Amino acid sequence: MQIFVCIKQVPDSGQIRVHPVTNTIMRQGVPTIINPYDLFGLEQALRLRDRFGGEVTVMTMGPPMAVDSLRKALTFGADRGVLLTDRVFAGSDTLATSYALSYLIRKAGETWGAPDIVFCGKQTIDGDTAQVGPGIARRLGLSQLTYVSGIDDMDLTDRQILVRRRGDHGVQVLRSRLPVMVTMMEGSNEIRRGTQADALRAARAEIVQWNAATVGISDTSLCGLRGSPTVVKKVFAPTARDEKAEMISTEGISPSGMAEALVDQIFSRQPGLRDDLFRQAAGH
Amino acid sequence: MKRELPERFRSYRHVWVFIEFEHGRIHPVSLELLGEGRKLADQLHVDLAAVIVGSGRAALHEVAATTFSYGADVAYIADDPVLADYRNEPYTRVITSLVETYQPEIMLLGATVLGRDLAGAVATTLKTGLTADCTELAIDGERSLAATRPTFGGSLLCTIHTLNYRPQMATVRPRVMAMPTAQERQSGRIVEFPVDLREEDMITKVLDFLPDTANEAAQLAFADIVVAGGLGLRTSENMQLVRDLAQVLGGDWGGSRPLVQKGWIPAERQIGQTGKTIRPRLYIAAGISGAIQHRVGVEGADLIVAINTDPQAPIFDFADIGITTDAITLLPTLTRVFRQRLAVNRMAG
Ligand SMILES: Cc1cc2nc3c(=O)[nH]c(=O)nc-3n(C[C@H](O)[C@H](O)[C@H](O)COP(=O)(O)OP(=O)(O)OC[C@H]3O[C@@H](n4cnc5c(N)ncnc54)[C@H](O)[C@@H]3O)c2cc1C
Ligand SMILES: Cc1cc2nc3c(=O)[nH]c(=O)nc-3n(C[C@H](O)[C@H](O)[C@H](O)COP(=O)(O)OP(=O)(O)OC[C@H]3O[C@@H](n4cnc5c(N)ncnc54)[C@H](O)[C@@H]3O)c2cc1C
Repeated sequence: MQIFVCIKQVPDSGQIRVHPVTNTIMRQGVPTIINPYDLFGLEQALRLRDRFGGEVTVMTMGPPMAVDSLRKALTFGADRGVLLTDRVFAGSDTLATSYALSYLIRKAGETWGAPDIVFCGKQTIDGDTAQVGPGIARRLGLSQLTYVSGIDDMDLTDRQILVRRRGDHGVQVLRSRLPVMVTMMEGSNEIRRGTQADALRAARAEIVQWNAATVGISDTSLCGLRGSPTVVKKVFAPTARDEKAEMISTEGISPSGMAEALVDQIFSRQPGLRDDLFRQAAGH
Repeated sequence: MKRELPERFRSYRHVWVFIEFEHGRIHPVSLELLGEGRKLADQLHVDLAAVIVGSGRAALHEVAATTFSYGADVAYIADDPVLADYRNEPYTRVITSLVETYQPEIMLLGATVLGRDLAGAVATTLKTGLTADCTELAIDGERSLAATRPTFGGSLLCTIHTLNYRPQMATVRPRVMAMPTAQERQSGRIVEFPVDLREEDMITKVLDFLPDTANEAAQLAFADIVVAGGLGLRTSENMQLVRDLAQVLGGDWGGSRPLVQKGWIPAERQIGQTGKTIRPRLYIAAGISGAIQHRVGVEGADLIVAINTDPQAPIFDFADIGITTDAITLLPTLTRVFRQRLAVNRMAG
């Protein structure tokens, strides 16, 4: 079977810094990682390949350096990586991103065989919209299965797939038909370490690189900033509240003294809450 | 970068809220959005409409009545057995054809599992903009929806517009907007939208639904008192100090996102943009710096108390009461003082 896994290279969020003067995000020198949510899809893809045979292709749209993430995915055992990179994609919102990715997936399908499953991450840790997976599904006419906590069964002959899906109030058991777009829940599996052989292969592997023209995009007005209906009008720092926090003094005061003062302060600001607490304590 | 709204979108009017109605329950976020939608509609001098999708005439009309008491002027009802359980395909079809027929200028959905699954598919079908997880919605001077959301990096917000496409779509997480108070016996206009769906055409089938058993952590969002810890607590063992204080106060507990990543607390205990949004009467944050993603999850609290060793920590910018001291020492003392005060009162009572 053919499985495609969409991954996004993201800044390692723990290490992002904001410039203290200009308030802009300092991306230079920030290490990048594969979006952690994408690894649950990748591991699921590898398990399906191990069981049913076939190939796992990892793909991303991004700057040339996104090759690193694809290569990293190969060390876990993916069979090939494809990068879609072109300046026309700069500034894409989710609609423009799913547009570009749908062309990438179509072209990859023509090259290696149409995908039975396309995995996306549940969301990313930077943009964090969870909109690209559904966008791809819609554009390619794939059945959309988001928040999947487990794939219980699959039958390649009658093209059925049985999944459990995490809803807001419980778990849905769904049966659908391939091809599908799946996003996996975090914690549904753990990415494997990859073998020595995978590491060696990944180091030497050639990552396929395509641009807008090679995947067949002729109308670049639907790409990048131009093709994005959302426009970021302003970026700003949150305003501090008008009154600053009232600070409890600590100079030469014992922890119990501080705690007493803090409790006094809380109770005087929230007398209703104090009364309720006392009432509960008194067992009423 | 001002762009003209294309002619075909100029007739788009009114504010819509998608009502999440599942297993006989309206999701509270839908009512919160009606409160917010009402304000936007009043500013624009247009109607506020509720979009109700499901199966069963009586139940859906009852939902419509509820939405009227929360401020809706109009309710669009799509009623069909195919729509009984949420599924992406039929819901996307119905919502997109409703939008194409009645042309709203703004459409709001909850950023729940259902809302996120649906909004992305609808926006892509309509080829319009969708702003995720907004914390603030406003109308600017040019009738445009200004949707504000936190941006990555931990300390900034950005305002996003959908300038030349309609509808302008946005999702908002539960508990971010205040719950409006219901007005009794309000009426509104009901529009029954004919649905043309056949179960045979549906590719995805719902075979079963396993409801969650009452999950104790699910109460966190609704707790009156919440105590939370951050990386300043240093070790996972020190989370016990947070739980102890919460217990004495009869409240609930949680933590910042890095604690989830470190495995100190379960994911459903995370507070903030990508965790739970809380609106307690009292929030005590111990060893939490107050990054924007954390802030947006707690700003609705009535009283915020911050314990942090760093007087420059951003949390003091939005806390009501602050104390610069070691939380690991203060927490157990605070627990003891609260326990004593409550015990004294127990004897008095
Ligand atoms: C702070 C911030 C806020 C933003 N807010 C919005 C907004 O509200 N609305 C909007 O439309 N855009 C928004 N954007 C732009 C958006 O982040 C980009 O379009 C981005 O390319 C994709 O969105 P995402 O990161 O949210 O992905 P998500 O939709 O969260 O990603 C889900 C999955 O899709 C796949 N995927 C996503 N991007 C790629 C890629 N480039 N290559 C391969 N697979 C991919 C991955 O599997 C990923 O896990 C925002 C960007 C930032 C930095
Ligand atoms: C897309 C995205 C989504 C996010 N979503 C969330 C979210 O939902 N919730 C969330 O919380 N974060 C979220 N984050 C992470 C957020 O940006 C911050 O990194 C995080 O909130 C910081 O956690 P913290 O305050 O515990 O740790 P730190 O920022 O490391 O702060 C620790 C604080 O403890 C103080 N301290 C140290 N020792 C002591 C002591 N002994 N006593 C008292 N204080 C002490 C320090 O002065 C410091 O202020 C998100 C980030 C991204 C990029």
